[in-house]
Amino acid sequence: MNAPGTESSGSGAGGGPRVGLFVTCLANIYRPNVGLAAVALLERAGCTVEVPMTQTCCGQPSYNNGDLKGAAKTARQTIEAFENFDYVVVPSGSCGGMLRDFPRLFASEPGWQQRARAMADRTYELISFLTDIRGMTSVDAAYPHRVTYHDSCHGLRALGIKEQPRRLLGTVRGLELAELADSEICCGFGGTFCVKYPEISGRMVSDKATAINATEAEVLLGGDLGCLLNIAGRLGREGGRVRVYHVAEVLAGMADVPGLGDPRQPKGGS
Amino acid sequence: MEPLSHAFKERSVWALQDETLQVALNRAKDGFAVKRAKAVDALPEFESLRDRAVAIKDHTLENLDHYLERYAEAVERSGGKVHWASSAEDARRIVVEICRASGARMITKGKSMVGEEVGVNGALEEAGFEVVETDLGEYIIQLAQEPPSHIIVPAVHKTRGQISDLFHQNHQKYGLTRKLSEVPEMVNEARQVLRDKYLAADVGITGANFLIAESGTSVIVTNEGNGDLTCSLPKVHIVTAGIEKVVPTADDASTLLRLLGRSATGQDMTTYTTFTTGPKRSGDTDGPEEYHVVLIDNGRTSMLGDQFREMLRCIRCGACMNHCPVYGAIGGHAYGWVYPGPMGSVLTPLAVGLKEAGNLPNACTLNGHCAEVCPVRIPLPDLLRTLRHREYQLRLGLKPMRWGLAAWLWFTTHPRIYRMGTRVQARMLALLAGRKGRFRRMPLAGSWFRGGRDLPAPQGETFMAVWQRRQRGKGG
Repeated sequence: MNAPGTESSGSGAGGGPRVGLFVTCLANIYRPNVGLAAVALLERAGCTVEVPMTQTCCGQPSYNNGDLKGAAKTARQTIEAFENFDYVVVPSGSCGGMLRDFPRLFASEPGWQQRARAMADRTYELISFLTDIRGMTSVDAAYPHRVTYHDSCHGLRALGIKEQPRRLLGTVRGLELAELADSEICCGFGGTFCVKYPEISGRMVSDKATAINATEAEVLLGGDLGCLLNIAGRLGREGGRVRVYHVAEVLAGMADVPGLGDPRQPKGGS
Repeated sequence: MEPLSHAFKERSVWALQDETLQVALNRAKDGFAVKRAKAVDALPEFESLRDRAVAIKDHTLENLDHYLERYAEAVERSGGKVHWASSAEDARRIVVEICRASGARMITKGKSMVGEEVGVNGALEEAGFEVVETDLGEYIIQLAQEPPSHIIVPAVHKTRGQISDLFHQNHQKYGLTRKLSEVPEMVNEARQVLRDKYLAADVGITGANFLIAESGTSVIVTNEGNGDLTCSLPKVHIVTAGIEKVVPTADDASTLLRLLGRSATGQDMTTYTTFTTGPKRSGDTDGPEEYHVVLIDNGRTSMLGDQFREMLRCIRCGACMNHCPVYGAIGGHAYGWVYPGPMGSVLTPLAVGLKEAGNLPNACTLNGHCAEVCPVRIPLPDLLRTLRHREYQLRLGLKPMRWGLAAWLWFTTHPRIYRMGTRVQARMLALLAGRKGRFRRMPLAGSWFRGGRDLPAPQGETFMAVWQRRQRGKGG
């Protein structure tokens, strides 16, 4: 039943679609909780979730730094691992957008381009998949906090993700959403941009932190770990008290662990 | 203008540290973006206008030779003269020759970005002419001896105090010795100085926003009316324009005009839209005796034939830079040449070479805001990425970045090693960060921290490891 080298959650069996979860390298390394939250939400939406073990990175570092051959090499690996699923779901607008862009890497390889397109057409960012494809209108979660939301650029502009997370957040018990001024302005992460031009990137993220603080929210949410690491890094440096989570963690009711960059709870604590 | 784009990194850091500049940039921030959004919201057909504009531009570029010939014929028919300049040198030489032949001494100019591009002012001054910019912003930066920092608001980087100082220093010779502090006073004083220049000028040079092929008409938009005075008062009018400015009909120009003002400043129309066709005819009460058009290629034809053709759709509205967070942080001078921001980051490497301007296409987060607002839908981030590809192929980028990317590529195309490696990395980093849950510094990762931020630590296990354990648990 499983594609070779994949591991299935199996619990969503019963006619629901088979979803391949592309967890992203950042979630894999930094924030497994985001992957687990994604699985939980997908299962609640009636999907069977599988995680191909041969997945790594979406290839954006190569793609956005001009190494198109390298990006194509990564893409082939991803296509081979994911093309047999009903859907490919990614808890990131940026990496999801990259998978959607795969056909462009194979302009001179029609066979691969066709496979890339077939997969791209079935690839979705997590939250928009839940709402737009699975028709999810509410979640069963409580989070009694004042939160604000940063619209990550790729999700917003390449995939049209704006209302979907807000709609679901609106059904979280106790959650109060304070809109962020300039929520559509880039936080300054930009992949390798943040280390190639750290001073400019630093100014952008410090502006973002100022806007976040102005909302008086306790928590910042977003849909892309790259942006969230950048913003959490800045908020942490400023010594503020705003905590940072991926939106999926809150929607899945799994934001009960320390936020990004928060001090770790002592062993034995809950 | 001698490009300084190779020094982008240093210049951007200076810009971030320049407190006066930051005051000016902060004051300008969001102003145009908010005004544009309002103007666009008020025009339901804005999106369909954009589609029409793209179609007009694409059709014209597809048949550029035809429309340029038609335009040139129409200009000649109306009594004007067309000059073809294939390079910046040609353009400078032609303009200087026309001014010499007319026996001019004093020249007024309307703001012209192509004039900046080819360096008209420098050539004219070298040839002994007095040149006065008449657009207020352009006049200010001429006094400051600086290039423009924005294509529609050339002095956006100047504060009121700096402008007051400039006027105080430069207007003494006209007997205007009072130091001014209020904006209306300063505008009045500039107007007073410029009025005499208009009347004394022998030649007026303007750019063009559009050239209409069917009638040989040149169109300029201004908010100060300086364009009208520059083209109608002197006895010679010279239009300098890039060859991509031509459009087939007046109707096409009006479609583009509806987008231009809204995209640039949020105005439905600019205060003045000036159409000029040929010299004064017998019976006309005013107008120039000679009408020249200098059509400038300067690399445009080669763009027509490669992947950057879409860039020739640009109508120079400045919306891309008004919405660019990088431009907003550092202003226009850091880019080191004539055109800043996203459109400049495409044009500059094409004009002065990737070796000189390789930083520009990289100094972008690919956030896509510029493409979202571009009235002629230029896919700016894609074009910037194409330039990065070219740079990569030419091996021009920074070596450590290249090596790092190659290492990451190898790592991520060996999934077993990736799984093990990330497992070790996640555990190690979590361990090293300890209770604090984040890093304030880390060897070999200095660039991240130079951005004034901590690095959150990983949770400790990779997702793949957690997942595999969970599946095994289920299986057993």
